[in-house]
Amino acid sequence: MTQVEFPPNTPPEEKKSETLAMAHTSHQQAWKWQDYFTFNIDHKVIGIQYLVTAFVFYLIGGLMAMAIRVELATPDADLLDPNLYNAFMTNHGTIMIFLWIVPSAIGGFGNFLVPLMVGARDMAFPKLNAIAFWLNPPAGLLLLGSFLFGGSQSGWTAYPPLSLVTAPIAQTMWILAIVLVGTSSILGSLNFVITILMMKVPSMKWDQVPLFCWAILATSILALLSTPVLAAGLILLLFDLNFGTSFFKPDAGGNVVIYQHLFWFYSHPAVYLMILPIFGIMSEVIPVHARKPIFGYKAIAYSSVAICVVGLFVWVHHMFTSGTPGWMRMFFTISTLLVAVPTGVKIFGWVATLWGGKIRFTSAMLFAIGLLSMFVMGGLSGVTMGTAPFDVHVHDTYYVVAHFHYVLFGGSVFGIYAGIYHWFPKMTGRMLNETWGRIHFFLTFIGTNLTFLPMHELGLQGMPRRVAMYDPQFIDLNQICTFGSFVLGISVIPFTINIIQSWIKGQPAGDNPWNGLTLEWTTTSPPAIENWEVLPVVTHGPYDYGNGHSHEVEPAVTPEASV
Amino acid sequence: MQQVPVSLWTLVAGIVVTAISIWIGQNHTLLPVQASQQAPLVDGFFNVMFTIAIALFLVVEGTIVIFLVKYRRRKGDDTDGLPVEGNLPLEVFWTAIPTIIVVGLGIYSVDVFNRMGGFEPAGHPHSVAHVHQMSGSAIAATLNDTPEATTAPTIGFGASPSAEGKPADLVVDVQGMQYAWIFNYPKSGITSGELHIPVGADVQLNLSATDVIHSFWVPNFRIKQDALPGIPTELRFVATKPGTYPVVCAELCGGYHGSMRTQVIVHTPEEYQTWLTENQVAQKQNPHQVVAVKPAELSTSEFLAPHVHDMGISAATLESVVMAGNKQ
Repeated sequence: MTQVEFPPNTPPEEKKSETLAMAHTSHQQAWKWQDYFTFNIDHKVIGIQYLVTAFVFYLIGGLMAMAIRVELATPDADLLDPNLYNAFMTNHGTIMIFLWIVPSAIGGFGNFLVPLMVGARDMAFPKLNAIAFWLNPPAGLLLLGSFLFGGSQSGWTAYPPLSLVTAPIAQTMWILAIVLVGTSSILGSLNFVITILMMKVPSMKWDQVPLFCWAILATSILALLSTPVLAAGLILLLFDLNFGTSFFKPDAGGNVVIYQHLFWFYSHPAVYLMILPIFGIMSEVIPVHARKPIFGYKAIAYSSVAICVVGLFVWVHHMFTSGTPGWMRMFFTISTLLVAVPTGVKIFGWVATLWGGKIRFTSAMLFAIGLLSMFVMGGLSGVTMGTAPFDVHVHDTYYVVAHFHYVLFGGSVFGIYAGIYHWFPKMTGRMLNETWGRIHFFLTFIGTNLTFLPMHELGLQGMPRRVAMYDPQFIDLNQICTFGSFVLGISVIPFTINIIQSWIKGQPAGDNPWNGLTLEWTTTSPPAIENWEVLPVVTHGPYDYGNGHSHEVEPAVTPEASV
Repeated sequence: MQQVPVSLWTLVAGIVVTAISIWIGQNHTLLPVQASQQAPLVDGFFNVMFTIAIALFLVVEGTIVIFLVKYRRRKGDDTDGLPVEGNLPLEVFWTAIPTIIVVGLGIYSVDVFNRMGGFEPAGHPHSVAHVHQMSGSAIAATLNDTPEATTAPTIGFGASPSAEGKPADLVVDVQGMQYAWIFNYPKSGITSGELHIPVGADVQLNLSATDVIHSFWVPNFRIKQDALPGIPTELRFVATKPGTYPVVCAELCGGYHGSMRTQVIVHTPEEYQTWLTENQVAQKQNPHQVVAVKPAELSTSEFLAPHVHDMGISAATLESVVMAGNKQ
């Protein structure tokens, strides 16, 4: 197998050459490294393109976060110009959401894994898939380029009127960037829905579809329903900014609260777009490394659907102090509280999966356990904030910042790391170094708690979010947070070294290094261009551990007429 | 030696977890000093949620740790774990318990929200409210006292159930602008950069914003409401403890959002009278100053200049505000 060399922090600018790779006519058995910089329509190449591009943006967004934390080491606004501070704050959030978590969790893992897991040779619409990916680099360039015009400074929420009066050119570029990634998300979601519904291998029954695919299906439906609403809101904002309309201009009869409804109708489900695929990753990683069947397959699959449905009706909990009447605040309090139930079902299911297992503390498993422990924290603080009477105190404070970083960093980012440690051998054919992996885990785990735990107290005591200057009484806790953010910054170094080193000369992985039972482990590592010589036949469930399947040398591959 | 049965361990663990959660839930010092009638309601609710959260946290994290230790792979063991795929009663149990908890919290939150006045943002326009006077305050009407007939706010926190239907004792119009709060007392014609209120009085703030969205928050009162351009909102509360508390803008409003802070000074009724009389006299000496200000025609720094002396802001903050004004 030719090895694939692909340095993970290659800037996206170098990926501009767009030559159509002849995937289906070529006789080559593996992609060369150059192919990863082209308009390639292989789902595996696209998946890795998503992951690597997203990781580059993660580093950029992380540097912005560290600049923010350095500014906040002292109460005065003494390091950055306050407008630049707001630009960093805005773009940190935007990049982490739209160019790191969403594209890596859905675009990266979704594209690489879904066809392999359901036994398909590619996604349903390969070209559409490639187009969806290539919308991302220009979006990223637009955001970075907006700094030439001051950078968007109105927060990732871009509430008018502030977004209409601050750095208009940068704000316009920001809107265009979000519309591009939104379009990419719609195209990708359509592709996932069709692929999962229509293209799974005939021998796979519906209750044998891996939970990651269920999660991606729920995510995609959610994205298809909600993303157009965001696009509508942002386009109205774009018109207000550039073409003299006044949808959101109060002095001309516009209404600022309507924007918030349009924005949060998408952006609350967006939280689930960032966590449901991660829940899927958890359901794949934990059984393999605990050597146990997943506990409550159906409960976990249905709870994804429940989260998806209820998640569409909770958006006003972001607006409990805005222009919303009392009855609405109460209605959305109740609906928000209800989301805790299906989320709890998943958490308890994973904990129960550990019971009676033979847990292997691989780096992938460490990150999955880290996620489990921190998501509990984020979930509990989320319940408290979901109630309007308490939220009117903590809304727009550091308590909220603490909560969503526990969910999105302790949750999503840990899940992405778990996924990378778990599937890197499949993606590259080489193992990651476990020692580096453990160092990476402990630094990240300690850094996360140091950075985000004190923020709860800051918010409860009265520190608002999105400020460059604060009351001196908060200095001690803020310095702990800043110290923690440096630990987090350093934690990326062993990971990056590990990825580069292992990709070049890591130990060869073999087809199935973890003895996994899902279909992606039945092909070579990295998988051949059309995934299998002959399509696999499903003879057992995806999590049938403990029934002797994991010691079959050749896991259930028998020829079936290829499609 | 006989082993202690698991059920006994579970019972002991349950009692310990309950005791710890209740103790922490009642004795933490996470929240700042309470200074309004709503504050104990919010804190009581938080303490209940916090107690439940600690219990759940300890149970789940404890279970994870126990499982990790107990079910770790031993050296040389390459076999799989038990082929357990689920347990319906257990799954029903852990679906039902959280459901009961969140439904309970939901009902409790409706009750707290109602007692906070969340369902009763004023039905009456504030000109009606002005009729009422605080007991003991005899303030002559001034020429400046020409409150604008704005639409009554229907969003925010209104009268608590006990004060329902009654107008507030004191109405203050609060205007948020980049990066200051301006408090206007329509009855007495005072304009101030700080909020002065008497302890125990039913105070209604009519919130508005001139430029972008701001959010009026007094952490010690536990209440917050956005001041929205074009949409009137209100906050109604009774301060319970004399003192000086921060007023914080909680909605991102521009580069100097973090410096948009002032104070609320809760006076004893006598102190408040003194403050009221002094400021009425002081501001009456130049009555046109207040009415002549048209914020739209002035830069931020020009607008703020006459008020600097009583806004309680430092020279550094003023400088930054002026800088921000010049940049725009």
